[in-house]
Amino acid sequence: MDLLSNLGLGFATAASPENLLFCLIGVILGTLIGVLPGIGATATIAMLLPITFELEPVSSLIMLAGIYYGAQYGGSTTAILINMPGESSSAVTAIDGYQMARRGKAGTALAVAALGSFFAGTVATVLVALFAPPLTAIALEFGAAEYFSLMVLGLVSAVALAHGSFLKALAMVVLGLLLGLVGTDIYTGDPRFTLGRPELADGLSFVGLAVGVFGIAEILRNLEGGEADRTVLGQSLGGLWPSREDLKRMVAPMLRGTILGSALGILPGGGAVLASFGSYTIEKRLSKTPEEFGRGAVAGVAGPESANNAGAQTSFIPLLTLGIPANPVMALMVGAMIIQGIVPGPNVATEQPDLFWGIITSMWIGNLMLIVLNLPLIGIWVKLLKVPYHLLFPIIIAFSSIGVYSVKGNVFDLFTVAFFGLLGYAFLKLRCEPAPLLLGFVLGPLLEENLRRAMILGRGDPSVFLTRPISASLLVLTVMVIAVMLLPRVRRKREEVFVEGD
Amino acid sequence: MHLIQRTAGLTAVAVLWATSALAQGYPERQITMVVPFAAGGPTDTVGRLIAERMSEDLGQQILVENVGGAGGTLGAQQVADAEADGYTILLHHIGMATAPTLYRNLAFDPVADFAPVGLVTEVPMTIVARADFEPADAASFIQYVKDNADTVTMANAGIGAASHLCGMLFMQAVDAPIVTVPYRGTGPAMTELVGGQIDIMCDQTTNTTEQIKGGTIKAYAVTTPERLDILPDLPTVAEAGLPGMEVSVWHGIYAPAGTPQEAIDRLSTALQTALADPDVASQLGELGTAPSPAEDATPTALQAKLSGEIERWRPVIEEAGVYAD
Repeated sequence: MDLLSNLGLGFATAASPENLLFCLIGVILGTLIGVLPGIGATATIAMLLPITFELEPVSSLIMLAGIYYGAQYGGSTTAILINMPGESSSAVTAIDGYQMARRGKAGTALAVAALGSFFAGTVATVLVALFAPPLTAIALEFGAAEYFSLMVLGLVSAVALAHGSFLKALAMVVLGLLLGLVGTDIYTGDPRFTLGRPELADGLSFVGLAVGVFGIAEILRNLEGGEADRTVLGQSLGGLWPSREDLKRMVAPMLRGTILGSALGILPGGGAVLASFGSYTIEKRLSKTPEEFGRGAVAGVAGPESANNAGAQTSFIPLLTLGIPANPVMALMVGAMIIQGIVPGPNVATEQPDLFWGIITSMWIGNLMLIVLNLPLIGIWVKLLKVPYHLLFPIIIAFSSIGVYSVKGNVFDLFTVAFFGLLGYAFLKLRCEPAPLLLGFVLGPLLEENLRRAMILGRGDPSVFLTRPISASLLVLTVMVIAVMLLPRVRRKREEVFVEGD
Repeated sequence: MHLIQRTAGLTAVAVLWATSALAQGYPERQITMVVPFAAGGPTDTVGRLIAERMSEDLGQQILVENVGGAGGTLGAQQVADAEADGYTILLHHIGMATAPTLYRNLAFDPVADFAPVGLVTEVPMTIVARADFEPADAASFIQYVKDNADTVTMANAGIGAASHLCGMLFMQAVDAPIVTVPYRGTGPAMTELVGGQIDIMCDQTTNTTEQIKGGTIKAYAVTTPERLDILPDLPTVAEAGLPGMEVSVWHGIYAPAGTPQEAIDRLSTALQTALADPDVASQLGELGTAPSPAEDATPTALQAKLSGEIERWRPVIEEAGVYAD
């Protein structure tokens, strides 16, 4: 049994006292930076790179990987507690997680997120160990046409099944797409909507946008009610643990989220984001009580959290099997490997089996550590909500400003946060949801880029989207989603939700 | 009045002290090295490798700060505007020489606003193709590209990227307008090349060597005058029949113009010491490149390289009519 001996080698490597220690350091650091709004895994890993030079290659990579998935855990914590998603994937968790927190179920939401993440992490680790090479082959089948069709499917589903007004959801997605246009056109090099500012040449900062429309806007909204209003949030924290009922309700979403996340995680770029949005959409569609979504549905936390963590795990596949980084964090890992004298490439698994399998098994060990660390911490996090607003709000704003600034070292990004904070407040007043806007913003550039690339490669022939089987299947699915939306029953339901929402 | 005199006196003392301290003991605190690209990229890797060894020699930590954006011009601008005290330096690549042509409203002058310290390394480039691309050798490859100029597709990592510059030279050399497809960075471009979604690319050995060795992509030529030790079977562009295609992604260290000569000299010596370290040589070797020789790791050599390359790329970019602003 090759796999068993490989996993054995992996555990022997990852479970050495030294590597266990670095794994622990990694996940603790990751959790901490994930909890600080705005400071992402990318910035932290970049700052810690010099320290890793002194370590063994395996230890340093285990630690860096720990930071990465630790940050995914921590990011959900702020999304749930203070509506401040630090990464695009936890934006979805904020929707229902924060509503649960406002209803005094912060502990439950955090526990659901942690359990969902652990389950997804375990499954995804097994998938990486078993199927990394064949999954890579599938990922490589995805060319520009396939990506375009996938993005279309993602965006259409988001609009079709969003709650509240259809028109508003559509408007928010389109606005997100438009904001995504800001920056340099990669095909011609022309600046678009940059207002002559070089800081906008690479587009608006995602972290700035997310922290603004979610976090700052929420703080502004809370200030309306004065100090009295916030006791609603602080007085009853509810049980810390999910009830039997909650656990029952999270199993199916967790399974579906894990499958979706694992599948989309192997695709570089927007894969992981699509996974958490997609999972939310699916759960809402399948739910017997879709009206709960947006007001604290357990499934709305369990599904996306599982998807997001599974995706984070499987996004290591292209790096491990091809040596090609799928996202900026993976790019940093490549940098760390090179400095250690290991040039990542297609031969890493055969030339450095202890490194390859050590990292894979350390992911599972790290996930185990995270759940052991995080479950007892929930009580402490929840107590944070008891901090009076006049202390909590300035602290949140200070930390998120530091975080946003640390990404590029650019003051301009702070203005972005302020601007989108005000805009987000206006959206709240108009009852427009920010989540579709964020999805449009993240997927818009990918949609455009792949559409144009597919057209260049196809010599201007639009039939490429239909003649390539994967692309055609995705487009057929899109049509089905639209058809389902137009069915009278679902329509009625949507409208009911809309009425109640107002 | 009294106060002003006192302040003036203090300032004079401070200036004297600063000047003498610089002469005696530069560097006496941490130095920031701006890398104008994202952390983890090839330039960042070179920067961190060299910063670590230079720190040992200088006895002060060199901290790498990534100021990415706008093809490296934002980071360069930041250093051009920084205080010229030797505590802010820039590590930049060939983009320093192409920026004045690619960006028509560039707010800094790479020659006048910077004091060169020295060349770090010159990374070779390779002309590569998807693994199942038909031509078997360099000669049939060139013929194939010429015959099929309207169907062959070429990837690059974005306007102004090294792969884009090399691609422009390649099109000039084969005298055929090939369809170019820009990607957002080298990673996505390489993924699609490995996946067979696109035909050819010209990219740094940093990114291609392991893929070539692993057989996931095919290589036809290397853009150096001599063959490479790590890819000994790969012909040079001259051998392959692509004259004038010698190109490298050269990296240099700069300080803001007006930085005291003592600081420049000290940095230059530290750079030479770092480059002479066998560990640095072997790590750069893993990347398919080599440290620049001591005579190139000097202000004069970098100055000459920069001016020469600005003149070399201006007509190439202008002829292609592609601008990044």
